[in-house]
Amino acid sequence: MTMPFGYASPEQQVRDKSEYARKGIARGRSVVVITYADGILFVAENPSATLHKISEIYDRIAFAAVGKYNEFENLRTAGIRLMDSRGYMYDRRDVTSRALANAYAQTLGAIFTESVKPYEVEIVVAEVGRTSGDDKIYKLTFDGSIADERGFVAIGGASDQVTTSLKEHHRDGQPLADALRVAVRALTVSVPPGLPQNGERVLTEANLEVGMLDRTRSRRQFKRIAGTALAELLAQTATSS
Amino acid sequence: MADPLGGAGRLPAVFMTPGTSSFTDFLSQSAPHLLPGAQGGLPGPVTEVAHGTTIVAVTFPGGVIMAGDRRATQGHMIAQRDVEKVHHADDFSCVGYAGTAGVGAELIRLFQVELEHYEKIEGATLSLDAKANRLAAMVKGNLPMALQGLAVVPLFAGYDPDLDKGRIFSYDIAAAKSEERTYESIGSGSVFAKGSLKKLFRADQSQADAVRIALEALYDAADDDSATGGPDSIRKLYPIVASVTSDGYRRYGDDEVEPVVTAIIADRSTSAGG
Repeated sequence: MTMPFGYASPEQQVRDKSEYARKGIARGRSVVVITYADGILFVAENPSATLHKISEIYDRIAFAAVGKYNEFENLRTAGIRLMDSRGYMYDRRDVTSRALANAYAQTLGAIFTESVKPYEVEIVVAEVGRTSGDDKIYKLTFDGSIADERGFVAIGGASDQVTTSLKEHHRDGQPLADALRVAVRALTVSVPPGLPQNGERVLTEANLEVGMLDRTRSRRQFKRIAGTALAELLAQTATSS
Repeated sequence: MADPLGGAGRLPAVFMTPGTSSFTDFLSQSAPHLLPGAQGGLPGPVTEVAHGTTIVAVTFPGGVIMAGDRRATQGHMIAQRDVEKVHHADDFSCVGYAGTAGVGAELIRLFQVELEHYEKIEGATLSLDAKANRLAAMVKGNLPMALQGLAVVPLFAGYDPDLDKGRIFSYDIAAAKSEERTYESIGSGSVFAKGSLKKLFRADQSQADAVRIALEALYDAADDDSATGGPDSIRKLYPIVASVTSDGYRRYGDDEVEPVVTAIIADRSTSAGG
C-alpha cells in the first residue's frame, strides 16, 4: 500500500494531540476539589476575581476547570444550558452530575478525535449528596476519558505533586477549615509552571478562588467564599493547625 | 430524532455557541417545543380551564409585600382551594399571576429559570428593571394565546438595592409594563382590593402594617368577588404572603399569617359593614 504524502498513523495522531493538550494544561495552575463533613470544597489558585475556574452548574452540581479559558468557559456555559434545560423539561430533582459528566465526556472525546486541535482542558464535575456517601466527583480529561474519584482530586499543571500531598493529609469527614488547610497546603507544595522552585509563595484570599457545595443549604447549594469571609476562614485554618 | 437536550453523544452545536445568557432565547433555538405557547394556534377560544384570581402587592419603606388568595375557579366552580400564585422569582424578587392557571404556572417556572440561568452564566444578577423587562417579553410571547382566551398577567415585585426600596411592576396582556410606587392588585378581585388599599395604605407603614393591609385587601376582594377565596380556617388555608427586603425573599409561614387573619376577622365581626 502506498502512503500519501504527510501520512501519520492514527497512533501517531493521538500521541501528538495528547502531547499538545498535556503541554497546554501543564502551563496552568492547579485546582483542588476535596470533600469535607458537610459537602465538597473547591479551591483554585486564581489571581483573577472575575475570570472564574469554579462555577455553580445546578442545585447540587458544580464545576471546576483548568487549561484554556475560552475552551472551558464554553463547556461551562454548555453545562449550565444542558442542566437548566433538563431541570425545566423534567424536574429539579432529576438533574444529575452523571448526565453532565457523560455529555462532557462525549463532547471532549468527539473534539479530540475530529478536530485538528484538541481542547486543552481538564474538568471536574462534582455533585453533593444528602450524605457524604452520596457525594460524586468526576474528573474529565481532554480526550474524553472520565474517572470517578473518591474524597479528593487535583487537576492542572502540577497535579501529581498536589495529589501526593492530598493523599497524605486528606481525612474523610474532616471539618471545612481542615479541608481548606489540606487543599491550600497541597496547592502550595506544587511548583507553579515557570518558577524554578516553590520559594515563598503564600496563598491568600487575594489569589485563591474558593467555592463549596454545602449540603446543609436549601435548594441551590453552591456558595462562593471571597474577600473578608475567605480571609477569616483562612485565619481559622492557621489557628487550627 | 436525536434528543434535543443531548441525551446521548456529543452536545449539539447550539450548546457550544457563545452568545446569549438568556435561557428563553437558548430554548427557542435548542428545543422550541418546550416554550410556552409553542402548541401553535388553537381551533377556537378556550374557556373551561382553571383561573387564578387575586394578587396584591404593597410597598413599605425598605421593601415590598406580595400576597395572594388560594382559589382557582373554573367557570362558576371552585377548581382548587390551595393553589399557590405567589412565587419566589429569585433572591430579591417575587412574582404572582392572575388568569389561566396552567399558562401562569408555566410562565413563572420559565421566568425563575431565566433569572437563575443568567445569574449562573454571567456570575452577576440582573438589575430589577431588567428582570421586569424580561418578564414583559414573556408576557408578550403569550399574546396569541391570550387572544384565544388563555390570558394571564403577572405581578412582579422586588427589592432594588440601587435605590434601597421595594418596587412593583404590573403588566397587561399586551405586556405594557407599568411601575406602581405604592400598591397594586391584579385579578378578578383587584377592583375591591385596590379600593381597600387606597384607604389603608400609609407611606411610612411598617412591614407588619403592610402585611396586615395586604390581607385586609384580600379579605375585601373575597367579600365581593366570588372568584376570590377568603381565609379558610376550617382547612387552615390562608393567603400566601411573601416579603422582599434587603435581607432577600422570605415566605411567611402559616403560623405567622394565621394570627393576622384571625385579628382581621375579629375586628370585622364587630363592624356592622363587615
